[in-house]
Amino acid sequence: MKLNLKVWRQKNNKDEGRYEAHTVEATGDMSFLEMMDVLNEQLISEKKEPVAFEHDCREGICGSCNMVINGKPHGPQQGTTTCQLHMRHFNDGDSIAIEPFRSAAFPVIKDLVVDRSAFDHIIQAGGYISVNTGQAPDGNAIPIEKDLAGQSFDAATCIGCGACVAACPNGSAMLFTSAKVAHLGLLPQGKVEHTKRVKNMVDTMDKEGFGMCSNIGACEVECPKEISIENIAMMNRSYLASVFGGRE
Amino acid sequence: MSNITLNSNEPKGGLTNKWTDYRGSMNLVAPNNKRNLEVIIVGTGLAGASAASTLAELGYKVKAFTFHDSPRRAHSIAAQGGINAAKNYQNDGDSTFRLFYDTIKGGDYRSRESNVHRLAEVSTNIIDQCVAQGVPFAREYGGLLANRSFGGVQVSRTFYARGQTGQQLLIGAYQGLSRQISNGQVEMYNRHEMLDLVLVDGKARGIITRNLVTGKIDRHAAHCVVLATGGYGNVFYLSTNAMGCNVSAGWRSVKKGALMANPCFTQIHPTCIPVSGHYQSKLTLMSESLRNDGRVWVPKTKADAEAIQRGEKKGVDIAEADRDYYLERRYPAFGNLVPRDVASRAAKIACDEGKGVSPTGLAVFLDFADAIQRYGKAEAISKGIDNPDIVKLGEAIVKAKYGNLFQMYEKITGEDPYKNPMKIYPAVHYTMGGIWVDYNLETNVPGLFALGEANFSDHGANRLGASALMQGLADGYFVLPYTIGTFLSKEIRTPKISTDSPEFATAERDVTDRLLKLKSINGTQSVESFHRRLGQIVWEYCGMSRTAEGLKTGRQKIRDLRDEFYKDVFIPGDLEDYNPELEKATRVADFLELGELMMVDALDRNESCGGHFREEYSTDEGEAKRDDENYAYVSAWEWDDNQPILHKEELKFENVELKTRSYK
Amino acid sequence: MLSIHSILRGIIFYNNMNWIINFLTSSIGKKLVMSLTGLFLITFLPVHLLGNLLLLKGDGGEAFNTYAYFMTNNPLIKFTSYGLYFFILLHAVQGVLLAWQNKKSKGKKSLVNTYTNKTWASNNMALLGILIFAFLCIHMGDFWFKMKFTNRIDIIDSYAGYEGVGIKDLYSRVSLAFKQLWIVLVYLIGLAAMAFHLLHGFASAFQTLGINHKKYTPIIKLLGIGYSILIPLGFAIIPVIMFFK
Repeated sequence: MKLNLKVWRQKNNKDEGRYEAHTVEATGDMSFLEMMDVLNEQLISEKKEPVAFEHDCREGICGSCNMVINGKPHGPQQGTTTCQLHMRHFNDGDSIAIEPFRSAAFPVIKDLVVDRSAFDHIIQAGGYISVNTGQAPDGNAIPIEKDLAGQSFDAATCIGCGACVAACPNGSAMLFTSAKVAHLGLLPQGKVEHTKRVKNMVDTMDKEGFGMCSNIGACEVECPKEISIENIAMMNRSYLASVFGGRE
Repeated sequence: MSNITLNSNEPKGGLTNKWTDYRGSMNLVAPNNKRNLEVIIVGTGLAGASAASTLAELGYKVKAFTFHDSPRRAHSIAAQGGINAAKNYQNDGDSTFRLFYDTIKGGDYRSRESNVHRLAEVSTNIIDQCVAQGVPFAREYGGLLANRSFGGVQVSRTFYARGQTGQQLLIGAYQGLSRQISNGQVEMYNRHEMLDLVLVDGKARGIITRNLVTGKIDRHAAHCVVLATGGYGNVFYLSTNAMGCNVSAGWRSVKKGALMANPCFTQIHPTCIPVSGHYQSKLTLMSESLRNDGRVWVPKTKADAEAIQRGEKKGVDIAEADRDYYLERRYPAFGNLVPRDVASRAAKIACDEGKGVSPTGLAVFLDFADAIQRYGKAEAISKGIDNPDIVKLGEAIVKAKYGNLFQMYEKITGEDPYKNPMKIYPAVHYTMGGIWVDYNLETNVPGLFALGEANFSDHGANRLGASALMQGLADGYFVLPYTIGTFLSKEIRTPKISTDSPEFATAERDVTDRLLKLKSINGTQSVESFHRRLGQIVWEYCGMSRTAEGLKTGRQKIRDLRDEFYKDVFIPGDLEDYNPELEKATRVADFLELGELMMVDALDRNESCGGHFREEYSTDEGEAKRDDENYAYVSAWEWDDNQPILHKEELKFENVELKTRSYK
Repeated sequence: MLSIHSILRGIIFYNNMNWIINFLTSSIGKKLVMSLTGLFLITFLPVHLLGNLLLLKGDGGEAFNTYAYFMTNNPLIKFTSYGLYFFILLHAVQGVLLAWQNKKSKGKKSLVNTYTNKTWASNNMALLGILIFAFLCIHMGDFWFKMKFTNRIDIIDSYAGYEGVGIKDLYSRVSLAFKQLWIVLVYLIGLAAMAFHLLHGFASAFQTLGINHKKYTPIIKLLGIGYSILIPLGFAIIPVIMFFK
């Protein structure tokens, strides 16, 4: 199949950026990134600079790949990362617009590559359980209800790709932050520093320049791991509890 | 350089007390000295992140480096199945010794007893640590941890978090690391790639990195350097490794005098989604657990296979009598659950006979029809349903067990695995070989340590399922933080290492020159095209089965390819810019040398063991023939462009009896 | 920037009460203000509607006018109404500020703008809010302002029980206004905007408060839909019926 691409090119963060048109021959069994590989081989053979994009595991778990495809983060297929999206979902002659994940908190590094270190900063603010190596009691010392462990796991499947931020018209990172808050806060071992964690993570999230949540729910629709905005409600609740119930 | 003597530095004493006694008597570094000692850790996957956070907790000053944009992206994240630990929570007779024995035997008796026993000992601590960190392991209804069983063992000792155990463990380690970053104990360098190791007075004292965003070349110094840089499976181009996985940090260290051990020991995983076209960039693993219920087969006749290859027939069209369930036929005792190396070779043999079932002829069926029937009937009986729709009931059970894997298969291939048998083919998955290390995980270069998949130490010639995660975390959480003291306790009087020394200047200049040289070739072929060709050569001559003849040919072909690379590679973009093509070029350049060493190693090892199968050394039935008399050693190679030099570490087995592995 | 932040900083002396400011300027704090003021306005609407339905009683406006008199003269209700005005303003100002800040956080927008959103309304709350606010200005200017600050409304002394009190004949003013087609249309547009605003706002207010539950959220959502349709519809029938009367 022949595809007409409009690809975002931007030399660096200071550059304005623009769309560049290309045509690519693809087959249905290719993944979206393999189609991009074909485009890049084409560009290299013309001695031009290939399109910079991030990718690594190519099996939907590392969270590196980040393209907005025809206006949707990770493209049209739900619950799927860009690398797991296959070209059989497109038709011969289709036009495809490819852009980076957009948000003021994710400055563009080059072309489709953005800087997502703001996510790291949010985790550093409290997205952990403070336990040093060697201090742990026996793994079975605290029984945890199976369903609760499952809920915690569901939140913990977040791959930190940033699709939620890209999907949100406000560029909000509430789904990402709340997924971590829920993952740890639902477990008994994470409850100990839950209040403090929520406060610090939300404050850092605000500082990093993410927008506010207006409960649109686009994030949960576009999340490749289908993480629920129930987690956001939980974080709201916990934040209120930490402000009004805490001593600080 | 060649008068290296390999000393494993194993402590004296009985196997079971070795580690405890050693820990109790080794030299320690006092807290006031720890704050003055700096450690560089390259790679922040399971091994690197766990080591970085633990060393930081102890008070060392840590600088951690990753080429990713965040430590959370390391490829440890992709491990599906689980992590082993000798907890014996299931009361099924597991013990530290049994885990030790299974690992030694599974590795076909090519690993060091003392290291493996220590691994088995600390395995239980890992589970405790991870639970405390908030890793949401699977649980039973009573709230206690659940286990499942994995290939090659008779107990249930695998802990798991659905099909995403690696992800959950890595996130746990990443969070621990993040905590130390926010405490200021770890200085984190994201998007920095190590391009050289710096030795000062023969000790590893620093690294040269390239900032992958700006292209800036930097010097970093510390009292010692730890490599936790993963495996080199990407030398095959097509593998289940992530696109960025590479050998460069390790290889640069080899070029500075470290030794590469057993490089030809690569694990080929039998259940991967087959290659679908020439554009293919990577292969996707389907968890080994599928072989618990799936039956592997190919058509009995070539005619049927060819009809399938042409698309005229489908798997379901082949009558039961015309199918060859070759694993069940050849290995009645273990059937579809033979270890990975055996299953992979059998698939290759079937396809070599022309019985492959994909358009390329390189795939076999993994069929769940029987499992669906079996589960469907059982469900109908247990629920007392009259006139049951067996297939529907059975599919529901299979979905509950393997739903996410089936979904992934459908996403990638566009075929419904409930209706048509899955197609699978072996693919490179893990490399048991790696940098040679002693009992302290220290290489032969003083002050240079290697952890996780980057070292060679624990898996011998074949790794058992769910053991990679165990080893990465054992090394990072519970081994290195102690053993690093054996080196650092002698360095407490060494002041902060300066980056102004001539050694650093030379190393930096070498890196800059190397990059300039690559860029100035300005040829016509892309880096990717060289990598693809290298992969084909290594796969063909040093893949699932090897011959002396082939290995010689392969070696020559790689050397020719390397010459061509340095004459005709084209790297677009600038050196001082975000430039993925340049990154790839430096990595492929190193793979081009490593690939040759793999051929040399495989040619030296005149036996078949684990993942290394030499056709000349097989029984009449085509099974592997090990030679314990002559090859019970670790091959540790010193790099030399003309002829790499072999150093042998003889392996002593005092606690297990060497047996032929038989799965018949 | 003049914001709640700077105003409050002026009011609250540094009595170790910084946490209030910190909270109100945090993203979740700001949202909480929206949620609580929104919920307050949601409780006000049915009360207002019930009173207004008196317009349709067919008694020449007696019931409505006495109700209006009561509402404007009872001290408790007067006090509450000032609270109401304040909350409307707070909700509106805060809403506009948030929309502006969110736009800044998003940065450059996609050219192919197909952000997934579950409802059109959720993505256009600020626009709807501005429409509603404009409508409120017209509404208040037409009735409330004229009643309170001008003499353009007749006085009636003759209602039983209110002899000599001097009740303003707001009813006549309203029925006069609702004979004009354009005013009726303005009301219908304003109420439609309110319906859509509520369609998202009702359930959203609960989510912000942290109330999201597998069992109860569907009920809240259903209530929200019912409310957002019925209340504006109730308001809308008044001008329509009075227009055709």
